[in-house]
Amino acid sequence: MKKLIQYASLVSLLLLAFQSPVSYAQVATGQQDEIPAEEDIQADDVDAADTEEPATPNTASASANPAPAYPELLPVYRQFGEEAGLVKLMDVFMEKLLLDPRMRPFFENADQAKVKKHLVEQFCVILGGPCQYSGRDMKSSHAMLGIDRANFNALVEDLQWAMNKQGIPFRAQNKLLAKLAPMHREIETK
Amino acid sequence: MFNKHARRNTLSLMLALVGMNAYAVEEDKDFDAGGKLLLTGGVSQLEGSAGGGLTPWAVIGGYGTADEIGANAFYTRVNTGSYHLDDAGVMVGFYNRVELSFAQQRFNTEQVGGLLGLGDGFTFKQNVIGLKVRVAGDLVVDSDSLMPQISVGLQHKKNNQAGVLAFIGAKDDSGTDFYLTATKLFLADGLLLNGTVRFTKANQIGILGFGGDKNDSYKPQLELSAAYLLSPQWAVGAEYRMKPNNLGIAKEDDWFDVFVAYAPNKHVSFTVAYADLGNVVIKDNQRGVYASVQVGF
Repeated sequence: MKKLIQYASLVSLLLLAFQSPVSYAQVATGQQDEIPAEEDIQADDVDAADTEEPATPNTASASANPAPAYPELLPVYRQFGEEAGLVKLMDVFMEKLLLDPRMRPFFENADQAKVKKHLVEQFCVILGGPCQYSGRDMKSSHAMLGIDRANFNALVEDLQWAMNKQGIPFRAQNKLLAKLAPMHREIETK
Repeated sequence: MFNKHARRNTLSLMLALVGMNAYAVEEDKDFDAGGKLLLTGGVSQLEGSAGGGLTPWAVIGGYGTADEIGANAFYTRVNTGSYHLDDAGVMVGFYNRVELSFAQQRFNTEQVGGLLGLGDGFTFKQNVIGLKVRVAGDLVVDSDSLMPQISVGLQHKKNNQAGVLAFIGAKDDSGTDFYLTATKLFLADGLLLNGTVRFTKANQIGILGFGGDKNDSYKPQLELSAAYLLSPQWAVGAEYRMKPNNLGIAKEDDWFDVFVAYAPNKHVSFTVAYADLGNVVIKDNQRGVYASVQVGF
C-alpha cells in the first residue's frame, strides 16, 4: 500500500511538473489573451513569421466584431488544418448538430451550406487566416432564435466533439473556444 | 498501517477508475444531462460543497444552467496512516445560482482512539449543511476578461461527540464557517485557479469541535486550488487549505494535496489525491490517499 501511495503521488507530481509551468508563466505575466506564438508548446511548425511580435488585438471588440482577427493564433490555424481543415471540421460539426436533439431545431431548416461557409470564414479570420468574413454580426443573426446558456453550451459541446473527431489538439481547441465564448453576450437572448 | 477494509476500499475505487476509462471510449455524447461543460462543475469537497477536494470553489454543483436544476451525490474515503475518514453527501444546484448541500463525515480514530482511552475505532461523526450563492461572473464564458466567478457560502457543522470535544478543550460542538470564493478558468490555457477565504473556528474542519483554549474567535483562512485540464475529461491539480490552531493539546497543520480528476461523462467523476494533513491529534505526518466518486443526475 505504501508503494501504491508513493507511486500515485509521484505520478501526480510528474503530471503537474510537465503540464503546469507554461500556463503558470502565462498567467503570471497576464498574457492569457495575447500569448506569443512561440510560447505555444503545441505549435510544431513555428516559422520565422510567427516569432515576430504579434499585433495586439482589441479585446474589447471581440464581443462586437463577429470575426476579430488574432494574427498570433496563426499556429493554431495550422493545427486546425488551415481552410481545408476548417471546411472538413464544419461538415462533421453540422452533421453532429443535426443529430443532436438539442441543436437540431436551430439548424434543420437553416441554409446549412451557408452556415458552414460563414463558420469557416469566421474561424479562419479569428485564427489569423487569410479569409474574409461575409456573414452578419452575431446579434442580428441570432436575435430571433431565443438561445439560452444551455443551448450555447450544447453547441460548444458539439463543436468540441467535432474538433476531437478531427484530431485537433485540446490546447488548440481551447485557444479558439476562448475567443468564441465571449460571443455568448450577443448570441444569448434568454 | 492500513486496515484491510481501508485497503480494499481504496483499491476498488482505483479499479473502478481504470474500468471507467475503457467505458468512456465507447460512450458517445449524452444529450440529457444539464447544460454545463464537463468538469466545470468541480467535484465534491470534504464538507460537501462543489469545489476541489479540500476547498469549495465558486462553481455551483451539478450540470444545470440558468433554467435547470442539477444534483450530485458523492462518497469520499481518506486514509491517512493512523486514521481514516468516510464522507458522503448530496448537493443540489438551482439554476446555476444557489447550491444546497449535506454531508456526513465519519472520522475513525482506529488505534489512536484506544491510546487516548476512547476505545479502538472511536468515531467522530459530523453533519454539514452547506449553502452557496453565486454573486457574479461566469466560469466559462467570460474568457476575454480577468473576471472570475464569485460566490459566497456557509457550512453549518454539528459534531456528535460533545463530551469528548469539551474534554479536549473545544468550546463548542457546532459551528458555522463563512466563505468568499473566486474561481477563474483561463480557457485558452485550460488552467483553473481558485482562491477562497474562510472565516472559521473549526478545529480539524470541526471533527475536533469549534474554538479552543488558545483561541475562540473567527479567523480568516486562505484556501488555494489550481487545476489543469488535460482534456475535456481529465484534470490534474493541487490544493492548499490553511487551518486555525485553537487547541492547546492538539497542534493543527495546514493541508495540501495533489489530485487527478476524471469525468468520463456528466453522470460520474472520480478523484484520486495524495493528501498531506500534517499533525492530527497525537500523530504527525498524516499522509495518504484520498479517493472520491461523484454521481450526477
